[in-house]
Amino acid sequence: MAPTKKERTASRNPSLVRGIGKFSRSKMYHKRGIWAIKAKHGGSFPHHEPKPASAPTAAVKPPKFYPADDVKTPIPNRRKPKPTKLRASITPGTVLILLAGRFMGKRVVFLKQLPSGLLLVTGPFKINGVPLRRVNQAYVIATSTKVDISGVNVDKFDDKYFTKEKKKTTKKGEGEFFETDKEETKALPQEKKDDQKAVDSQLIKAIEAVEDLKVYLGARFSLRSGMKPHELKF
Amino acid sequence: MPFKRYVEIGRVALVNYGKEYGRLVVIVDVIDQNRALVDAPDMVRGQMNFKRLSLTDIRIDIPRVPKKKTLIAAMEAADVKNKWENSSWGRKLIVQKRRASLNDFDKFKVMLAKIKRGGAIRQELAKLKKETAV
Repeated sequence: MAPTKKERTASRNPSLVRGIGKFSRSKMYHKRGIWAIKAKHGGSFPHHEPKPASAPTAAVKPPKFYPADDVKTPIPNRRKPKPTKLRASITPGTVLILLAGRFMGKRVVFLKQLPSGLLLVTGPFKINGVPLRRVNQAYVIATSTKVDISGVNVDKFDDKYFTKEKKKTTKKGEGEFFETDKEETKALPQEKKDDQKAVDSQLIKAIEAVEDLKVYLGARFSLRSGMKPHELKF
Repeated sequence: MPFKRYVEIGRVALVNYGKEYGRLVVIVDVIDQNRALVDAPDMVRGQMNFKRLSLTDIRIDIPRVPKKKTLIAAMEAADVKNKWENSSWGRKLIVQKRRASLNDFDKFKVMLAKIKRGGAIRQELAKLKKETAV
């Protein structure tokens, strides 16, 4: 068989103006080579019998109910949300300053961006009490200090790891309604504690290699008199 | 109290306003009561209002409106750069620039160093106090 020809992508008839091609019908007949195909097949264009129509795979029953007015079918949504664009100053290993929440002011190490767009961050826990945690990029100042994060494996963490477990709603009888609901203090599963230790052990080694970095991460950031945030260089 | 720093050809001045803020320039000619022609080795020669200039103590020997080559040679001969960097005004500006360029970790280290120094000073002081008090 002849070597496979490359598929032709452009039309053989360039358009001069919209709706008007450069070549006439007879010229196009010649360009497309219909005369050559006819010659190859003894004077007439090859004609194939139509394939027998296959039996319908399943007989579709007419619907029982037709709505009175035409119902518009909504256009299918093919949009796939991307994770938030990460600021250029935030790279794995950057020290971030948390600006809101329980740990506001804490200096923390950035690990990676999760598929939801949130940043995965850790204290390390032993140094400043911040566990593996998700944080929004908007509530963070990126400093220019970086920690070597190459020894840490963060592949197993994603958004599902951090979702709260659904509480089983138990039906309460009337008498039990007035009893104070004993909040079971949810103890952290040992697995999460081990994960924290595994991530932090490598990090702490890298942190202790730099002088004063451990103390730096243990201290909180705060604005003092005379500090102008728009003039501060982080 | 007479004036000590005069506007004259060759007077080195610091630009204190505008696009060229912080640059050391040489007054190369006086245009009128308010403006001077001003030049620096890495700048296009241009006019500037005196109000935008802060005069320094440094003065170099140049003819009126010298060529760039002459200007640069004169500045090298008078050693303007080193004189400026060793003057107290020049040193202050350098320190200000350095402090502004410190990042958060550097500022933290400075704070630790200040605390350490303060502690050492207080220790010495306490020792001296004990000796004199006796």
